[in-house]
Amino acid sequence: MKSKQPNHLRSIVAHVVLIILSFMCLFFFYILIVNATRSHSDLQKGFSALPGAYLLDNLKNVANDGTFPMFRGILNSLIVSGCSAAICTYFSALTAYGLYAYNFKLKKIAFTFIMAILVMPTQVTAMGFLRLITNMGMYDSLLPLIIPSIASPAVFYFMYSYLQSSLPLSLVEAARIDGSGEFMTFNRIVLPIMKPAIAVQAIFSFVGSWNNYFVPALVIQSKEKMTVPILIATLRGADYMNFDMGKIYTMILVAIVPIIIVYLLLSKFIIAGVTLGGVKE
Amino acid sequence: MKKRVVSALLIAAMAVTAMAGCGSNSGGSGGGNDGGSASGEEGKVINIYSWNDEFRERVEAVYPEVKETSSDGTVTTLNDGTEIHWIINPNQDGVYQQKLDEALMKQADAAADDKIDIFLSETDYVNKYTDKDADAAMPLKDLGIDPEKDLADQYEFTKVTASDTEGVQRGSTWQCCPGLLVYRRDIAKEVFGTDDPEEIGQKVKDWDAMKGTAEELKAKGYFTFSSYADTFRLYGNSIAESWVSPGETVIKVDQKIMDWVKSSKEWLDAGYLDKNVKGQWNDDWNKAMGSASKVFAFLFPAWGIDFTLKPNWDGGDGVWGVTNPPQEYNWGGSYVHACTGTDNAEHVKDIILAVTVNKDNLLKISKDYSDFTNTVSGMQEAAKDDSFSSEFLGGQNAFTYFAPVAENIQIAPLSAYDQGCVELIQNSFSDYLQGKVDYDKAKTNFETAIKERYPDITEIQWPE
Amino acid sequence: MKQKNKKVDYSKWGYFFILPFFISFFIFSLIPLIDTIRYSFFEYYRSGIKEIGPNFVGMANYASLLGSDMLKYAANTMILWVIGFIPQIVIALVLAEWFVDARLKIRGTQFFKVVIYLPNLIMASAFAMLFFTMFSTNGPVNGILMSIGLTSKPIDFLGSVMGTRSLVGFMNFLMWFGNSTIMLMAAIMGISPDIFEASELDGCNSFQRFFFITLPQIRPILAYTLITAIIGGLQMFDVPQILTNGQGSPDRTSMTLIMFLNSHLKSRNYGMAGALSVYLFIVSGILCFFVYRMTNNDDPDGSKAAAKKAKKLAKKQGRG
Repeated sequence: MKSKQPNHLRSIVAHVVLIILSFMCLFFFYILIVNATRSHSDLQKGFSALPGAYLLDNLKNVANDGTFPMFRGILNSLIVSGCSAAICTYFSALTAYGLYAYNFKLKKIAFTFIMAILVMPTQVTAMGFLRLITNMGMYDSLLPLIIPSIASPAVFYFMYSYLQSSLPLSLVEAARIDGSGEFMTFNRIVLPIMKPAIAVQAIFSFVGSWNNYFVPALVIQSKEKMTVPILIATLRGADYMNFDMGKIYTMILVAIVPIIIVYLLLSKFIIAGVTLGGVKE
Repeated sequence: MKKRVVSALLIAAMAVTAMAGCGSNSGGSGGGNDGGSASGEEGKVINIYSWNDEFRERVEAVYPEVKETSSDGTVTTLNDGTEIHWIINPNQDGVYQQKLDEALMKQADAAADDKIDIFLSETDYVNKYTDKDADAAMPLKDLGIDPEKDLADQYEFTKVTASDTEGVQRGSTWQCCPGLLVYRRDIAKEVFGTDDPEEIGQKVKDWDAMKGTAEELKAKGYFTFSSYADTFRLYGNSIAESWVSPGETVIKVDQKIMDWVKSSKEWLDAGYLDKNVKGQWNDDWNKAMGSASKVFAFLFPAWGIDFTLKPNWDGGDGVWGVTNPPQEYNWGGSYVHACTGTDNAEHVKDIILAVTVNKDNLLKISKDYSDFTNTVSGMQEAAKDDSFSSEFLGGQNAFTYFAPVAENIQIAPLSAYDQGCVELIQNSFSDYLQGKVDYDKAKTNFETAIKERYPDITEIQWPE
Repeated sequence: MKQKNKKVDYSKWGYFFILPFFISFFIFSLIPLIDTIRYSFFEYYRSGIKEIGPNFVGMANYASLLGSDMLKYAANTMILWVIGFIPQIVIALVLAEWFVDARLKIRGTQFFKVVIYLPNLIMASAFAMLFFTMFSTNGPVNGILMSIGLTSKPIDFLGSVMGTRSLVGFMNFLMWFGNSTIMLMAAIMGISPDIFEASELDGCNSFQRFFFITLPQIRPILAYTLITAIIGGLQMFDVPQILTNGQGSPDRTSMTLIMFLNSHLKSRNYGMAGALSVYLFIVSGILCFFVYRMTNNDDPDGSKAAAKKAKKLAKKQGRG
């Protein structure tokens, strides 16, 4: 009786807050979409709340521009982000499991070490990184954008925390008694349990990698290997020769559409994963 | 047991693939081209570094050897089978220079077909590459081009700009960027009762006349220029001494720069400039070129009218006109350099001659791309030739105004530090002009910023 | 015999599991890191395209950094971070709690979840570009404010210290609160429903449940969120960089440490950049050490203990 009333009120507050927050989030996307449907001279006239009819032309401009191979860029970005997300989550889970489930001599040192490098600002090592990969002959290749994500301390830490809260070691023991090999245990039993964590981190690392500009800008040289953020920077950097804000907005829109699709697909998987995740016992 | 072996193999395999990834790749890029062709023989690949497609379009337009360009614009094939590889990096955030510098440092060890053959630079940093000690850009003489004879028809200041401190010319340009005053005819008619370029020209012929004109415009609710940044080039390009003298590490801020600060403050406070427009290349600045804007005039070279003003203008043709600026100035310009160590000297020479020297080619560029090109006699002809008139300017022939400006340009002495100095002094004093910091703080901020940009700078000297 | 062997063998398997991580780390991070640290003791930069150095200068780079405005930028970074992070974590916690609270009957949860995460998808640089346009003096935001009569003159958002800082904080908030919400929600949903059921039976109200059960239970993930946010904050770059065009204007009040580092990298001053990153490294290490200690006591079963405590408390209140 007593608890019913406040819940009703709280429910209204919750809805109002959510609607305001959603409005804030969507507002900027809306502006982006509206701007992408207007020509540069329309945009010059000032802000409009209604979309224009210029989207197709803008899209055509983006697609036909040979100097900014947008679709090639999207493909590259998909390759890089997809591979990064996959190997990053897999190896992080592997590492986390290795440190969680086994008691070996260097365990504590290894764990402390990873925690220490967790805080390492990435921007700084970039210069050394560039020299290194140049010496290794990986300059202007997609590989240096993918392989280093095997070691992602932050993702590792998330996986480790998740294992702590969701994987009873008794489960592993049980698998051993059933004669399962260690890798098989990991792939068949531990991985499915970690699904929610993997899904969450897969999204995060996919997005992170998709939006990464700093490292690709250092590493990638040739047009056919450029990823989306470099292309957008290139377009903006092409200064007065290509001055068309409508095209730039469209390009940004085109750049985020694939990621939104991937996100929508994966987000369903997350929710399913989380709700089914009664891992305890 | 068996399973364990399998999994051990698996991890080994993973490690191997990870390593092999690196290995095979290095093999791919390193082993593909096996080394230098004998000197004297032309290489098969010409590598050109630039920050946009402008130069490629020029080459395609006028270099007769061009056969075709791949659809993505990265490779141009010449008639003899030689390929031009275009390596384009954005100017933004200094990415272009970073990549170019990186490649230049490796130039000596690079395989013949990986060597840079031609690279481009802008006036703001041309000096960094024409520096004699840096030896990145080849003297034109070494290519077999005699600047005295072959480039006699070029504007003198472009030759000076592309030369090192000893006067050895190390680059050449097709483009020449004299600036004009571009004004709104409709506003002119309303305020002055005329839009005749000659009469408006009289009203803006020097800074004193300009001030009176600004007062008239203000009375009718118009701004003379959009922002204080618009006038910077006029002051900044007339400095008496270079920012940093050769061999020194002291920045000497020229009196002209402080004059710019002083008059900008005066103009801003008097309401001759739009307070809401802070600098250039931003949205507010773009909007100031729209039909709803209250800004009377802009200071632009030929490229500015075509690539900045035109796309930002949302009205019909014929509203804008050009006339002489209060002071002759130059803004921009791309220089073509042959890179030291090129293995395609003959082709490079041909390209430079075709794009930057051949008068017919230059006139063609002027006609097709509205570029003001680097030929004194050609531009004089264009000034008299009505086929060069512009629809956008209401049938006015802008070359009539450009040509005399170009002939009177005194290029300011350059240094390798110009780009940073020009950018940072505007940034630092922008805060002062907007009333965010006081004058001395702006000075300190400039000192901090410039030392960050150029660690070798030891001292900053201010005039007075 | 086989049984005995097993125990020893299994622990060694750990090495195999963590091997790829460490190999990759040593190659792609450690070597560049050592490079960075090494050069922090050298005078080493580019002047034009000439390389100056490397000349060994000992601690000179470190000393000259202490003499610069570095501490001011550190303060800026912290202010910007706090402005964004506090609303971010508070709202994320509240939202996560709401989403998993079946009694609130929130409609369209899926929709809201998808929407609040959206801003995180867009590139920070593109987002900053969008904001720059929208909040410029002639931009749409001022247009709206003026047309509804909230202000008569356009507000110069990016011209004032508070305006710029708030915008940066707001953008960081907007970009990251959805991310935190999803993460915390996953954590809360990972809590065994039994505990909630027990607390329900014991008469916990929603506040008690939140503070005594949810919070302690999700501590590891909360710590993770906090640590990553601190690292992210320390590395704050894209947003203020684009919004202020790399100047941290006005008067360098929104200049962050990484922007400072970037200006050294831009001038190819490896020595100074190296020293600055070593400082950054130390600071972030200290920060994380504290957070880690604060949120993780040595008792690996801490969460369970906390849950028990909560149960007891709830029981007490129920009785009282």
